[in-house]
Amino acid sequence: MPPLLEISDVTIGYGWQLPPSVIAVRGVSLTVAAGEIVGIAGESGCGKTTLALAAAGLLDPPGRVLSGSVSYQGTDLTSLSADELRHLHLAEISMVFQASMNVLNPVMRIRDQFHDAMAAHGVRSSDGARQQAEETFELVKIPRRFFDAYPHQLSGGMRQRAVIALAIVLRPKLLFLDEPTTALDVVVQRSILQSLDDLRHQLGFGVVFITHDLSLLVEIADRIAVMYAGALVEEAPGRELHEKPCHPYTTALMSCFPPLGGPRQRLQGIPGQPPDLRNLPKGCSFAPRCPQVIAGTCEAVDPPTIRLDGDRRVLCHLFGERAADHG
Amino acid sequence: MVSTLGLPAETSESASPELEVRGLTKNYSIGRIGRQKVVRALSEVDLSVEKGEVIGLVGESGSGKTTFARMVVFLERPTTGEILVGGRTLPRRPSTHRLHEHRREVQMIFQDPYSSLDPRNSVRYSVARPLRSFGLVPRNAEREAVEELLDQVGLVPAVDFLRRYPHELSGGQRQRVGIARALAAQPSLILADEPTSMLDVSIRLTIMNLLLDLQRSRSLSLVFITHDLGAANYMSDRIAIMYAGRIQEIGPASEVMSEPKHPYTQLLHRAAPGPENEHRQGAQFEAKGDPPDLTSLPPGCPFAPRCPFVQSRCQQTLPDLRQVGAAHHVRCILYD
Repeated sequence: MPPLLEISDVTIGYGWQLPPSVIAVRGVSLTVAAGEIVGIAGESGCGKTTLALAAAGLLDPPGRVLSGSVSYQGTDLTSLSADELRHLHLAEISMVFQASMNVLNPVMRIRDQFHDAMAAHGVRSSDGARQQAEETFELVKIPRRFFDAYPHQLSGGMRQRAVIALAIVLRPKLLFLDEPTTALDVVVQRSILQSLDDLRHQLGFGVVFITHDLSLLVEIADRIAVMYAGALVEEAPGRELHEKPCHPYTTALMSCFPPLGGPRQRLQGIPGQPPDLRNLPKGCSFAPRCPQVIAGTCEAVDPPTIRLDGDRRVLCHLFGERAADHG
Repeated sequence: MVSTLGLPAETSESASPELEVRGLTKNYSIGRIGRQKVVRALSEVDLSVEKGEVIGLVGESGSGKTTFARMVVFLERPTTGEILVGGRTLPRRPSTHRLHEHRREVQMIFQDPYSSLDPRNSVRYSVARPLRSFGLVPRNAEREAVEELLDQVGLVPAVDFLRRYPHELSGGQRQRVGIARALAAQPSLILADEPTSMLDVSIRLTIMNLLLDLQRSRSLSLVFITHDLGAANYMSDRIAIMYAGRIQEIGPASEVMSEPKHPYTQLLHRAAPGPENEHRQGAQFEAKGDPPDLTSLPPGCPFAPRCPFVQSRCQQTLPDLRQVGAAHHVRCILYD
């Protein structure tokens, strides 16, 4: 059986001319299984949202997939027409965007917005449909009485929950979440994450969770992919990534979060700036900021993807020798 | 004024804290006339910040932390309460001259670097304005002074940034301009209102390090407002936890972080994302209830409706701040 989502060797560019002026994603492969939470972490501009848009079949021109394929349950999404994609969206694949509590129509009752979304997918309005919508509302832990409310009557956290409910009302198999909790307070964020974790167990959908907050991903994601300048630089199970980050960029990104306890010590973060995507350095894009750069190699040769034990891989020259040892 | 116990005025002044706030309260009226409601944004906050001290003010949205900062800078007039800077009381209705003086001593760094700089003003103009307005450097030395400030906040080479406009800068660079502008006034106290929350993760730490370096080299007093406990811990000597417009817990950062006393602090602690919080098996996170409605606060503890340790007493009377350590205070009846 093919995996739920299979992204293989995808390269995405933005621009009207060929070749496009900006290559936002370079040769990324990633799979998502049913019921799994896969996290994508990285700084702004690392290509994580572009990758998700392409994987959800939502990438609009001037963005386009230049090479590679995205297949959902064996179907190549890039080959589908707009109409076919529209049927797939919401019913099979859903996406919750950043600051999406603002996507609700302010002059429509929540109930009507659910009704519209379901009608667009051919669900006839009936008691059954209404009940399914209300049940979904309760699944995300909003009291049923708010179903008849207008969005402004809900708090920010509740609105975000309502948007998640809308995204899963037709029980999609794959859910994309792009920074779903960034605009919320920590306590609200925590309880929404808890609900999400419960829901994917209950309903069995796969999740692609995009955030810049690596420490958050370590907690909830089964697997984490770290992106830098359009490339997937490391992929590993969540816990292992935290315990033993391999790529120097992952290590640096981890050190950007001051810990809650322990002795106070100065953290360095990541010196320098991410590279300009229109003018990437030769070799490894992280080399100019890397504390472990190998002179003469990293700045000249593109790093290879090295597979490591424990279902992990890393895009780094430092692990070249180890791969040779393994044979 | 506090009694100086017969000490000469000068001594008492040098011993007084950089900022002292007593009973600071802010109520806003909202709604139509006749049906007005009162929003209790801040209630009777007492806080002092010593010279060269960093205080972290932590709380959720609506806890009153920004209102606090805006009143100390006098962007808002307190409903009641007293603000003393360097031992001098700021009158309720300060003269233009007194306000001008106050603003030289107390500067603010704003949360959103995208809206806190005038898009029509160059970096040079934005940073030079406080210098000019407070008459800090002669006009012919102004350019040099601006360059030096830009240099200090890491905008190097400074010459390249003088003529730039905000739209030509990244978020991190804009925030550095905001910091340079605040420093230009040569303040003794800076209030930084979530200065890193709009920035990318990798930039946050460099801005925090910059603030710490500047604070130490100039022995500034700093009020660092954040909703991120980790950041507060990284920056602060003391941490004050705010909820529903009141300080609920205040103490040395290490104590508040290692032994949070107030149930709300404990909740924030558990909610903070972090590898330390990873895989808490069985420990399902319970966050019942919503943030408080500031228009109808209960007579008792505002956290009572969400508190796992709530007792009947909690709903009736508001607990006082009580001492639980040398400099550690908590507003909770659990520590009676």
